[in-house]
Amino acid sequence: MSDGGRGTQRAATRAGLDVAGLRGEFPIFAAMGPRFHYLDNAATGQICRAAAETLVDFETRARANVKRGVYRLADEATRAFEEARARIAGYLGAREAREVVITSGTTHALNLAAHTLCARLHPGDEILLTCAEHHSNIVPWQLAGRRAGAVIRAVPLAEDGRLDLDRLEALVSRRTKVVAATHCSNVTGALTDIGRLAEAARAVGAVLVVDGAQRAPHGPLDVQALGCDLYAFSGHKVFAATGAGALWIRGELADELPPFMGGGEMIRRVTLEASTFAPPPHRFEAGTPPIGPALALGAAVAWLAGLDWPAIHAHEQRLLERLLEGLRTIRGLRLLGPADTRARAPLVSFLVEGVHPHDVCQLLDAFGVCTRGGHHCAQPLHEALGAEASVRASIALYNDDADIDALLAGLEEVVRRLA
Amino acid sequence: MSAELYHRAIVETAKETAEAARLPAPDVTVEEDNPLCGDRIVLDLLFRDGRVAAVGHKTRGCLLTRAAAAVLARRVPGCAASDLFRAIASLQDLLEGRDGSPSWPELAMFAPVRAVKSRHECVLLPFRALERALASVPPAAERKP
Repeated sequence: MSDGGRGTQRAATRAGLDVAGLRGEFPIFAAMGPRFHYLDNAATGQICRAAAETLVDFETRARANVKRGVYRLADEATRAFEEARARIAGYLGAREAREVVITSGTTHALNLAAHTLCARLHPGDEILLTCAEHHSNIVPWQLAGRRAGAVIRAVPLAEDGRLDLDRLEALVSRRTKVVAATHCSNVTGALTDIGRLAEAARAVGAVLVVDGAQRAPHGPLDVQALGCDLYAFSGHKVFAATGAGALWIRGELADELPPFMGGGEMIRRVTLEASTFAPPPHRFEAGTPPIGPALALGAAVAWLAGLDWPAIHAHEQRLLERLLEGLRTIRGLRLLGPADTRARAPLVSFLVEGVHPHDVCQLLDAFGVCTRGGHHCAQPLHEALGAEASVRASIALYNDDADIDALLAGLEEVVRRLA
Repeated sequence: MSAELYHRAIVETAKETAEAARLPAPDVTVEEDNPLCGDRIVLDLLFRDGRVAAVGHKTRGCLLTRAAAAVLARRVPGCAASDLFRAIASLQDLLEGRDGSPSWPELAMFAPVRAVKSRHECVLLPFRALERALASVPPAAERKP
């Protein structure tokens, strides 16, 4: 089996960032040609060569189920799967690989979290969310809350479009059993002060669940330093394949939690009357996992972990500044959320006065610019920001000045034709 | 392909929705949302002698949704339910590229949308509302003189 996680580090050297080299590690750019300006990275990132090669190699040359067969091919698949888990654990800064559960993505991971934590909830308990959540970090808690009789509360926005964490004291009490928050808004790009949430949760013995889908593509993490208890992210947003993601669960907590789904591979013993369950992470991985996508995820994060992240952050921030500066010059454009670059990921949502976001995105497509229009599965946040929907441009490590300039030129044309 | 959607007929027709208003005492009212973007139409119908006597609506949406709502508001008065179901089917045929001409000639303005699958729902939103409204109208209201 090829090892896509090694041998492809030439793109970002310690001497500085070679963006053209980085783009060369993503096959789509050669396939699409120069008039392709992909700025929908918050929805999905493009797949890197390391992940694509690993996926194809597994599915065409090394495919077997994991955790079962004793023949060589199956044994190698199991070994590769567990190695991918270890690489994901490394990217997250987890203490042990067994703390990482392979899921189909962030939505699966957060549903798993809500379902298993629901067993600890009682009527009258409270689940604290924030109004900046993606629907996948709202709806699972509503379902869990309904099952347990627990109440949902939410941290509101402050004037500047960031979360008003000064309200935490009033919102967190002994009734609070779960705090679930995004690490980075998928609409405004604002980063959440997870440390502050962790402190508040810890003070009342609540569990802190973090949706890391938008933060994970921007460099390796340290979940232990963050102070959370569970952390979810998706493979397809970190330049791997669709179909795999991960949920990190702090080891001691994972040991206490009941299974989510039942089936093969998550048991110790099954009788017709009852079952006992495997220890984590297998307890939470019923059935055949997404093996190929998980291996691709392992390859992607191993490749990412070797890049020069200070240089990439500087590059992403420079593009964000160029974008924000350009947007400010466009007539009738309104930014949603914070207007500065402090503590935010490189993504921006905005409205063009008098033009529907879908119409903006459709016309931008004519310029080869890929952006997202809609509520981005964050209707409560849009409501708090006073909008129904917005246009979102989201930057990844492979974007360059030409992408930003094409977007700005396209927006000028949108205003000229439709505003 | 994307730019072709925004030809003059669609842009001009969409402007008509700015003047649209709800009916004061409709026989039936439905709300229809586009779950992708939160666009919404509230549609009112009033019946007389088995036909739609008046239509009112409030539409919040993109140019395609608003143009479709404007065509609907223009054409629906005077129609029987059977005419309207035929018109809805003809619009779906147009978007799916099936043979036949649309019941109302101006629906042809949406032909360029055929190539952009993700925007079909934008055009169909007002017609989905109409379909639900027709299905939920009380029989007594439809028969009233």
